Order: sequence, then C-alpha cells, then structure tokens
Amino acid sequence: MLAPLLSKLGMAGYEAPGTAPKHYGVVGDFDTPEELMRAIRTARAAGYSKMEAYTPFPIHGIDEALGAPRSPLGRIVIVCALIGFTLAVLLQWWTGAVNYKLVIAGKPLFAIEPSIPIMFELSVLLGAFGAVFGMFHLNRLPTYYHSFFNFTRASGASNDRFLLAVEAADGKFQAAEVQRFLESCGSRHTELVEA
Amino acid sequence: MADLAMDPRMELNPPLVTGGATYAEVTETISAITENPPPKQWYWAMGVAIPLALMLFGCLAYLVINGIGVWGNNSPVGWGWDITNFVWWIGIGHAGTLISAILFLFRQKWRTSINRAAEAMTLFAVACAMIYPLFHTGRPWRAAYWLFPMPNEALNMWQNFRSPLMWDVFAVSTYATVSALFWFVGLVPDLATLRDRTTNPIRRTVFGLLSLGWRGSATQWRHYELAYLILAGLSTPLVLSVHSIVSFDFATSVLPGWHTTIFPPYFVAGAVFSGFAMVITLMVLARWVYNLQHLITIKHLENMCKVILATGTIVGFAYATEFFIAWYSANQYERFIFMNRLFGPYWWAYWTMVSCNVIAPQFFWFKKLRTSIPVMFVLAIFINIGMWFERFVIIATSLHRDFLPSSWGYFQPTWVDIGTFVGTMGLFLTLFLLFLRFLPMIAISEVKGVLHHQINSQKGGSH
Repeated sequence: MLAPLLSKLGMAGYEAPGTAPKHYGVVGDFDTPEELMRAIRTARAAGYSKMEAYTPFPIHGIDEALGAPRSPLGRIVIVCALIGFTLAVLLQWWTGAVNYKLVIAGKPLFAIEPSIPIMFELSVLLGAFGAVFGMFHLNRLPTYYHSFFNFTRASGASNDRFLLAVEAADGKFQAAEVQRFLESCGSRHTELVEA
Repeated sequence: MADLAMDPRMELNPPLVTGGATYAEVTETISAITENPPPKQWYWAMGVAIPLALMLFGCLAYLVINGIGVWGNNSPVGWGWDITNFVWWIGIGHAGTLISAILFLFRQKWRTSINRAAEAMTLFAVACAMIYPLFHTGRPWRAAYWLFPMPNEALNMWQNFRSPLMWDVFAVSTYATVSALFWFVGLVPDLATLRDRTTNPIRRTVFGLLSLGWRGSATQWRHYELAYLILAGLSTPLVLSVHSIVSFDFATSVLPGWHTTIFPPYFVAGAVFSGFAMVITLMVLARWVYNLQHLITIKHLENMCKVILATGTIVGFAYATEFFIAWYSANQYERFIFMNRLFGPYWWAYWTMVSCNVIAPQFFWFKKLRTSIPVMFVLAIFINIGMWFERFVIIATSLHRDFLPSSWGYFQPTWVDIGTFVGTMGLFLTLFLLFLRFLPMIAISEVKGVLHHQINSQKGGSH
C-alpha cells in the first residue's frame, strides 16, 4: 500500500515494478583520492557520463571532474531568508500597530529601528532551515534504502576507501567492459551491483 | 620524517594531526571511543555530575512549588544570580559557534579537531542558560504564552516587540535552533561511519536512522558542503548578534552602569573570552581521559590561548573605557556607580573580576606558559570564575544603589540560588559526558580532509 506512494515521492528502491533496472551499476574501489580522480577523468574521456563517486570526505575538484552542475541551495536559502524577514516585519507591525495598539513609554506603535533585531533573527532562522532542509531535499535525505548499499564494500566509503560507480543508466554501460575498465584504472575490487 | 622536520613550512605550520595517521586510524581512534566501554574516569565524572544535575531538578521543583521568592532577587536587586548565570552560560556557548563558523570561514584548519566538542558545549550551555529566564517566569509551562507570539483567547494580547527582552527571546531561541541544526548537519557523515562499522543491531538501527541513509556520494557532498558553508555564513553574524542583543537588555535601560553604547562589542568579546576558557577546560580533560594527544595537539590548545589573550585584552580595555567615559561624561550618577564598583560593598566581586579577567590572560604572552597544560588549565578556570563575576558586578552593582538612598540594598543569594547554579554545572557536565560517550567527539570526515591536505603538502604536490 505504501509502495506506490513512496514511488510517487521518488523514494529510491520503490520504483514501480518492471521499470526498475536490474543493476545499479559497476562499482570500483580505489586506495586514494588521487587514483579516484584519475579514474573519473579517464572514464569521462572514455565517454561514460552517469557516474557517482563515494568518498569519506569531500574531494576538491571532484564536481568539475564528474561534470556536476552547481548546487542550487543558495537560491533556496535566499528565498527562505526573505520569507523570514517578511514574517518578522508583518508580525511586529500587525501585532503592535493593528491588532493590539498599546502605547508604551511614548514609543511609536511600529518603527523600523526596534524591529531590526527580530527581522534579523527570523531571516537567519528561516535561512538556516532553508539550508538544512533544502540540503536534505536535494540529497533525498532521509533515504534508508539505496542500491549502492548492495556493494559488498560500501562501508569503505565512510572509512578510508574511494569508490566510483558507473551506473547502469549510462548509455554506454556494458557490465563486463566497465568492470575491465575500472580494473585497468587501478580499482582493487570491482563488482556488478544489484539494483 | 627527518627531512619533513627540516622542511621550513613544517616549522611555520606544524602538522595538525601528528603521528603519521591514516584515514582508517582516524576512523578507528574516534569511533572506538563510542564503541568501547568508557574509562574509569568517565564513571567518576558521571558520579559527580549526575547528583548535581538531580540537585538542579530538585531546586527547580522547589522554586515552582514555592514561587520565585525562594531566590534572593528582591527590590532593589530584581535581577540577581538568575540573569548572571543566564548571561554567563550564553557567553560560554559563543566559543563553540566561533570555532565552528567563524574559524571555518577564515579557513582555520586547526578548528577541525575541536569544533564538534565545542559545538556540543554550545548546545548544552545554551540549554543551561535557557533554564533561568524560563524559571524566572515562575510558571514555566505557561512561559510560551509570554515569550512567544502565540495567538490565544485567554490573554487576548500580544508581546511588546519594542522591548529588548523580546529581542532576546528571538535571539536566544534562534541561536539554540541554528546551533543544533549546524551540529546535526556536521554529525550526519560521522554517524554514517559509525553505522557502517558496527555489528551491534541496536547501534546499527540507531545510527542508521540518525545518519538518514547518508552515502557520501559526490552529489551529496556537493550540496552538503554548500549547506555547511551557508550555515557558517549565517551563524557568524548570528553569534555576534546574540550577545549584542543580550547586552541590549541592559544597555537600552536608563540605569547608570548599564546605559552605555560599548556594551554590545564588550559583551561579545567577553563571551568569546569565557567560551574559549571553557573549551580549554573541557578539551584538556577530554584529551587526557581519552588519550587524544595526537588529534588535539598542543598547537590547538596554544591557538585557543592566543584567542583568550586577544579577547581578554579587549575585555580589559573595555573596563578601562567604561571608567574613562564615566569620568569624561561628568555625570555624577555615572561617576558614582563606577567608584562604587571599585570601593563600594561589592569591591570584592570587582577585584576578583579584574584579577581573573585582566591579569590572568596576560600570562599567555609567554610561549612557555601558553603551551603548558597545567598553566592553561588553571588560568582557564580563573577566567571562567572572572567572567561570572563580571556579569554579577554589572548586574548587582548597578541595581543595589537605587536612585533613592532609602531603597538601597544588598543582594544575597539563597541556598536555592546556589543550588540551581551548581546544578546547571552538573546538568552541563552530564550532557557533555553523554556526548563524549555516545557520539564522535571529533569530526571524523573533517579531520580526514585536513589529513588529505597534509599528506599532499608533505608530498610537495599540489591539490
């Protein structure tokens, strides 16, 4: 019952039956970030385009090597921060000058100066929500099932291994050929991973 | 290693991770702390912390049952230890955000070994701080109606947003929320590391849920790194705003000794000063208990001592400026309050503050002293004490001499005041010890990034 809903939500592993590919791809396991980077560049030159690298820490320059687009997170955060700012203005103006007018110490019912701290705080608060939950959304977190985890050495990616997956969705994908290719790049262990 | 030691770059920038560690060793060292039974010292520390935390809950229950009259606050000193402790705890939190956000933006790689624990310290310090205003309402379960703009039929009114106390509510709650988010985002990849290592089904389930299915893919890191950078960029002005707004609680009033424009920068510098002292106190103990000398090196501690020296000197300068302005203003009330601080009934608090905050950090001018663990530990404790007295001096001396001499008074804490304050230290310590026990106290993925950088520069290669 839940599965169709999850597949609509785009949760990985819940694709409609029949449409899902049989394999996630071929994953290779490298010793150092430099070897991984070399493998990515060679693979790109060889015409592979649907690739994903898995590393224990972010590697400088890997996005350019993979040809990944820039993250749109900045725009999400700006929009959220502006919403926060607007909320702060409306909240202070409507409660103080419209709904509940009360003169305190002869101060104006609404003015910019005393409203600045809360305008700032709410901009930061909603901006931070945008940064965190926007990142979660872009990364599809939480995703508790992903076919990458079927790779027998997947846990190396959070320790000291540098993995490269050539995905089955790649137009040029030929399991045996990709396997040979990754081994020629220096992969210590190469495996065809089930979807 | 011999030719490495002769490399002039190494002399200027000694390695931040010593002992020729590998990525796997970093994972192992930090994860093992959470996987193995804790050392004996951990139980001793818990044995001290838990009774104190229970005492806190006892004191708070006593306060709720009897009303806030059980505190020493009374006319003319309507704000006593409660707000002193509040400002002190909030200030301590600032070092955590400074380390995690500001030093990140300045690309200070030495922060990586200490930022996780410092951020945890921030969260727990802010939690302790929030207890005071919450319980000062006397009816904490109703506090939400007074503190936050919640639409309601019963009161049918709104908060006064022109009051700095409302700004403070928004500043502190935003700060607590953003610090918690920042901390959790930093933890996600490390929780995935713990999830992948464990064979224990309970740990696998718990860390599996908490790590949200993190895979460490290049796509994920790309969004993640930008999110982290943006959070650092948001937290930087945020942390500066929080103590500025806390200082507005005082500065926007018309009380001599409070009504000064120097308060925001002076409070922020003092917050960073006290926070770093607390980080040193905790880190010296943590690296000793868990043998982390190769990850939290003397260089990290020395850098923190330098920050303490800089901010401590700013604080000392701020004290002098206050006095100069009191004299220069030619305002007799302002002059009186400052002379009263020096020689009035609270002279002992004032001189404790000056000795601890102005004199103590000056020892850090000497390299020998700022690289000595016992010296920095003792001085950090002095600074923690001094910064508590600073807040007490500001609050009590300005209030105890009212405008009419007939309403002059003298603040004396009750046993509930003392029990609550000591109790928050117990709560803080309990939470911090639980954090050390169950979560990676050092940011595993960040240390690996620094290590990668270090390996590359040792090879003399570019990166």
